[in-house]
Amino acid sequence: MAEEPTSVQAVATGLRSAGYLAGESTSLVAYLAIKLGKPVLVEGPAGVGKTELAKALSRYLDRTLVRLQCYEGLDEAKALYEWNYRKQLLRIQAGTPDGGGGGGGEKTGTGWEAVQEDIFGEEFLLERPLMTAIVSPEPVVLLIDEIDKTDQEFEAMLLELLSDFQISIPELGRIEARTHPVVLLTSNNTRELTEALKRRCLYLWLDYPDLEHELEIVRLHSPDLRETVARKLVEIIHQVRELDLKKPPSIAESIDWARALLLLGAEDIDSTLFRETMSVIVKHRTDLDVVAERVGVKLQQAPAA
Amino acid sequence: MPPPAKPIYGSLPDKTPGAFDGELLAFAEDLRGEGVAVGTSEILDAFEALRHIGWGDSRDFRETLATTIAKSPDDRRVFDLVFERFFFRAAEAQAVRTGVSEPPAGTAGGDFDLDELRRQIAEALQEGNESELRDLARLAIAAFGRGDGSGVLGVDVQRIRRALGLRTEPQPELPPDDPRRDGLPREQLRRFEQQLRRELERALIERTAALPPKRPLSELDRALPNGPVQDLAAVHRVVAQLKRRLATQGHELRGRKRHAHVDVRATMRASLQTGGVPVELKFRPQRPRRPEIFVLCDVSTSVTSASTFFLSVLHALHDAFRKLRSFVFIERISEVTEVFERERDFRAAAAAVSRDAGVADVSGYTDYGRVWTEFLAMIEDELHPRATVIVLGDARTNGRPPREEVFAAIASKAGRTFWLNPEPRLYWNYGDSVIAAYEQYCQAFECWRTDQLEEFVKALTKPVVT
Repeated sequence: MAEEPTSVQAVATGLRSAGYLAGESTSLVAYLAIKLGKPVLVEGPAGVGKTELAKALSRYLDRTLVRLQCYEGLDEAKALYEWNYRKQLLRIQAGTPDGGGGGGGEKTGTGWEAVQEDIFGEEFLLERPLMTAIVSPEPVVLLIDEIDKTDQEFEAMLLELLSDFQISIPELGRIEARTHPVVLLTSNNTRELTEALKRRCLYLWLDYPDLEHELEIVRLHSPDLRETVARKLVEIIHQVRELDLKKPPSIAESIDWARALLLLGAEDIDSTLFRETMSVIVKHRTDLDVVAERVGVKLQQAPAA
Repeated sequence: MPPPAKPIYGSLPDKTPGAFDGELLAFAEDLRGEGVAVGTSEILDAFEALRHIGWGDSRDFRETLATTIAKSPDDRRVFDLVFERFFFRAAEAQAVRTGVSEPPAGTAGGDFDLDELRRQIAEALQEGNESELRDLARLAIAAFGRGDGSGVLGVDVQRIRRALGLRTEPQPELPPDDPRRDGLPREQLRRFEQQLRRELERALIERTAALPPKRPLSELDRALPNGPVQDLAAVHRVVAQLKRRLATQGHELRGRKRHAHVDVRATMRASLQTGGVPVELKFRPQRPRRPEIFVLCDVSTSVTSASTFFLSVLHALHDAFRKLRSFVFIERISEVTEVFERERDFRAAAAAVSRDAGVADVSGYTDYGRVWTEFLAMIEDELHPRATVIVLGDARTNGRPPREEVFAAIASKAGRTFWLNPEPRLYWNYGDSVIAAYEQYCQAFECWRTDQLEEFVKALTKPVVT
């Protein structure tokens, strides 16, 4: 069980040892989130490492990661808790006199109270991620991924949760959190989140990294790749990002490309190798054409074999 | 001991000058003045956070304030600008109050070696060393700026830059060891100019012992970049976000479960799991409403700078909406739908439009009346109550008849009509702008800032009620 970090520098070093190269503001916001106990809203284009940040934080702080993946139409039942109807129905049917065996003997005819107590017990409650985060005896890192996909009702429910950290279940009563989780919300900025939610959180904008930083990230994940190849890789990726593509390559794709090149034992990136491995970083048919003609031609031809 | 000076900065209350809490609150007020919604809870958060971070390091200080106060990329941009302005002014106000002044730089040295200075500055620009840049800026002002200043800061900055011979393009006529030979990075040059400006302002404040009025922020820096081609990247950034928004707005139109129909068969099937009791309701999937949009875009010279922007908006709309037909016009109208569907790259599309469209006639000035007539003739049968018509233009019709009755006919046939005007509302109806004639038949938006564009997108993608 790791202790609380004492400074922004400690958080930065910790995240690095967990495999995540954080920028200046990232470590600062993470530090504030831990110290102040406020949730963090992380926004940015797809693939810059928002989810990775949560995973790295959980590794660094030595806490379990509880993940809630949001989608359109997500409601309380799937996010908070749900009663296991089927099990309850079976229990009721097994408990009636013409049903099962002697096991249900003392329940027969004792009335509604007994049935109710029995049916609405903890064993029939299905815990969903938010509830898991709250009732957990150890502190956790709660990641609510892609919250911009949900609707306003869900956000309202979430707000209530994030401010009080307690759930009230009508049948069981109020359940309060024993520990304080570190909450991370990620968003792809596809819609404006409600003001109330933003007010509650600290804000962090993760953007595509600059050349040196991305080079460091690539080297961290593929240390065996040659320095020259890695540098050229990062420069090409930056050029590709400047083009007007449907989906610009993200950091995850740079890492994949580095691994692919390492696997192929590349000594240098020339135009044939680029054309062959281009589909690792570019994921649309139309984008492939644009990249091939704008960037591919700038690379040297392969030497005659 | 002279009595304390009157507060220089006008309307702020007379608190203990220079106390930190007061300064932070004044900063928040400043931000609110520029349109960033800062709530009291956020200021409290900022104070709380500063307790943990401390305010020794200026970068950490700025980041801490930003993370608790600026809650979106747009807000962050405004925050950065106001931060620069506020804390620069606060420091200067304090200096004037307490009578501190900078010793003039380089008086002991006498003559300057100008070439050496130029070389040093160019080197510092290549390396990007901030503190060096600041010192060198002071030296540069001492060398060039004294005496013949014009009083207008921007002009002085450019004059000094020219005297130093700093350019972004390579200058092959210089000797090979001169760092300016290969051209200087644009970003660094811009920052150096900022330093020059700041030092000039500082000298001015010292000389006059008063703060000049705040340079208003909202119009200049927040406007959508529609000037030189270098800012195309910025335009694309804005448009990329627009694309993302449009993509999901379409989803929202689809997902209204409340209005969906219950699919009885699927529900009964699902109820078998729960013993025949329909616990879970299954809904019939809703068909997405495919909006049909007609976009007319003015590409004449009066809107050249805006037309780049408009064409990229058009491009983004093509990505998001399937049934979109686009037209460009100056004196005549021409359909360019295929161009945008064929060309993925924006620059190629823009070039193709200007080449093939054939919309300019003799004079190259827009004739709205004629355009409406042609459009109506072309499209009359295809306009229906679920169609949307968007016009991108400034409604400057160069004295020709506006023909608003034809426009009214178009607007009545289509379901919704929007007008996007790249001029601020202040300029509407001045000169040859006849927007008032058209405004009564459509919804007009001024469209030269990001948030205005967002408002338009919201209006555009609101579900069509039939």
